[in-house]
Amino acid sequence: MTSELIHRLHFAFTITFHYLFPQLTMGLGLLIVILKTMALRTSQEHWDRAARFWGRIFAINFVFGVVTGIPMEFEFGTNWSRFSEISGGVIGQPLAMEGVFSFFLESAFLGVFLYGANKVSAKVHWLSSVGVFVGSWISGFFIIVTDAWMQHPVAYVHLPNGHFEVTSFWALLLNPWALLQYMHNMTGAVVTASFVMGAVGAFYLLDKRNEAYGRTFVKLGVITGVISSILIVFPTGDLHGKYVAKHQPAAIAAMEGLFKTEQGAGLVLIGQPNDETGHIDNPVVVNDLLSFLIYGTTKAEVTGLDKFKPEDRPQNLPLLYYSYHIMAGLGTWFMVLMVGSAFLLWRGKLYTCPPVLWALLLSFPLPYIANTAGWMTAELGRQPWLIYGLMRTSEGYSKMVSAGNGLFTLLGFMGMYALMGLLFTVLVYREIAKGPEPAETKAH
Amino acid sequence: MMGFIWFWLVAVMIVGYVVLDGFDLGVGVLHLFLTRTEHEKRTTLASIGPVWDGNEVWLLAGGGTLYFAFPLLYASAFSGFYLPLMIVLWLLILRGVTLELRNHVDVGVWCKLLDGLFGVASTLLTIFYGAALANVIRGVPLNADGYFFLPLWTTWTPSTYPGVLDWYTVIGGVVALLALSLHGALWLTIKAAGDLETRARKLVTPLWLAVVAITVISLFATIAVRPASLNNYFNYPVAFAIPVGVVLSLVALWFFNRTGAAVKAFLASCFYLFFMLAGACWSVYPTLLPATTGAQYDITLQRAISGDYALGVGFVWWVVGMALAISYQVFTYSRFLGKAEVGEGH
Repeated sequence: MTSELIHRLHFAFTITFHYLFPQLTMGLGLLIVILKTMALRTSQEHWDRAARFWGRIFAINFVFGVVTGIPMEFEFGTNWSRFSEISGGVIGQPLAMEGVFSFFLESAFLGVFLYGANKVSAKVHWLSSVGVFVGSWISGFFIIVTDAWMQHPVAYVHLPNGHFEVTSFWALLLNPWALLQYMHNMTGAVVTASFVMGAVGAFYLLDKRNEAYGRTFVKLGVITGVISSILIVFPTGDLHGKYVAKHQPAAIAAMEGLFKTEQGAGLVLIGQPNDETGHIDNPVVVNDLLSFLIYGTTKAEVTGLDKFKPEDRPQNLPLLYYSYHIMAGLGTWFMVLMVGSAFLLWRGKLYTCPPVLWALLLSFPLPYIANTAGWMTAELGRQPWLIYGLMRTSEGYSKMVSAGNGLFTLLGFMGMYALMGLLFTVLVYREIAKGPEPAETKAH
Repeated sequence: MMGFIWFWLVAVMIVGYVVLDGFDLGVGVLHLFLTRTEHEKRTTLASIGPVWDGNEVWLLAGGGTLYFAFPLLYASAFSGFYLPLMIVLWLLILRGVTLELRNHVDVGVWCKLLDGLFGVASTLLTIFYGAALANVIRGVPLNADGYFFLPLWTTWTPSTYPGVLDWYTVIGGVVALLALSLHGALWLTIKAAGDLETRARKLVTPLWLAVVAITVISLFATIAVRPASLNNYFNYPVAFAIPVGVVLSLVALWFFNRTGAAVKAFLASCFYLFFMLAGACWSVYPTLLPATTGAQYDITLQRAISGDYALGVGFVWWVVGMALAISYQVFTYSRFLGKAEVGEGH
């Protein structure tokens, strides 16, 4: 294997594992604020216990997110040093701001939220949950700004020594790509948290324990789930897709499996892209739909991969195509399930409808898959560029770090993360098994 | 001018990290052998529980600020110290996970295992941090592009092509281990009560003596390995205030500990760490990473610094952001004043 591939896998593997945790942190942060707000408004023990229960799961998740996040900041330098040197004048800005504006905020208030329930007033405790929520969402914003600059570079000047430098602070932070991607991504985080909360609620109802809490969790999960599952498609997904089509036509052609430029291009629902023949095998196509989705008219011409030189096309076409289709397919399922559940909730039949509760329970891993597939779509679509149109991925990795050393640490991370994944599952399982009712015997 | 300002802003972040995360690392080291009963172990962990994550954030924010202000330094140092940094990452992960797990596990054997892992990870981290700083002072074999790759260890003598560990950097590691253990012991004298407090207090004096000895040794070792480190002091004699500060804070630490003023003794230890790091920074300034391969390859401030526009904007948000950050942390610390109590965990 080449050094380039190993450094790519190194970053891809560690960030994929890392992002399993922040998506729940960010989404659950919002849901806990809702629970704490209800607790403050109603003064009922029920809401406070519900918030504490999710706070315990949040804490485990948060710690795993923090410890798997530290390697990400390091890997810019350790594995992608040439890229960091050249682009530090631009993306150093959002990365440093993340540390200064977000991490202090969320960590300080998390300490108060987890350990300070008996030391601060109810209002301050509520405020601490808001602080954690806001901190995690600010963190997400700065990371998206960083990624957005790599996807769609704005507000920079290319210096004679090859370095990039930022020319406008506000234009960098308000990069349209960043705003669209942020809305889409944060909605995705809320989808994950809604499904997780709904699944735990469904589990309690199906297992006939903690049923009062089960109803609360299902209700809140379905309400936030139906809102976020709609928003993830329209408008956030739609707007983001159109922007990608405009600025990364090669990416959209590869995502959709469009080998040849067409007027009235069809949307491939199912089918396997065949890189060698340049066709979709076994396709199920809706005629003209792709042209309509991108340009709003069925007759518009959509650029296919044939318009790009082979070296300027995303290299891993099948992976990109499948990632995108899995994301879009799961997004459709989220909407169907949540709209159906919301209807039953409104009719008062959801809590006593085991098939739908089972569907809610079993669907909780799917938003994790969809979020991962969405990010794979974004980052594979950017290839072969590290900074779109400006710097190729093959130019950015650490030349001084040999393939063997990279492979050694990659395998090290894989082993460590496998163990951590098991631990995480056990810990969360125990919290769910214990449930929201206090045992009164244990300090923790 | 921007270069001078950002050099010291990054230094402030590093000092903030060492002073704050330093005590919870030190507590981790002591946790290996100082605590006896389960209640004492829980008290020890409760004394750092609400704050350790916030302390560690100084490392992340400091790393981000370093990258922002000096991209070449960040790129070169992080890829050059690839293997030791990966070990640091694994230790940070191990430490964070074992600390969190400790809150969820109540089987005696697992608790012992977690306590051990947490203590070992903390101990190794302090040694690595000290060795890392010593590596920067000694210099690394930079090439013409400003890059290098350091093996974990070679011969034990600092040379043109050194490894991460040689006798000089090991001394650096021991300095950090002893100084942060002392720092942690002083923290425990503030936060713990009863037997544990007494035992922590008894440990302060021998640790203090060891820190004094290793400080003197490290001073002469640094002058031997890097004679040029004295130049800045002789060119600007006012800088001799730094070593005077080291001595004064050690004396103050001794005095306050004897009189039982735990908080003041802890603050003296903070000042000791501050002066030691300031002294190290000043001994290399304006070089950021010296080359063992010849001074023409040094990564200097001028060579690594970001553009004026970025640094100007950055100065505004850095001041605002850090003012906010410090106010949050002051708020958190103020909620957890006094002796640590077991049972307020989540």
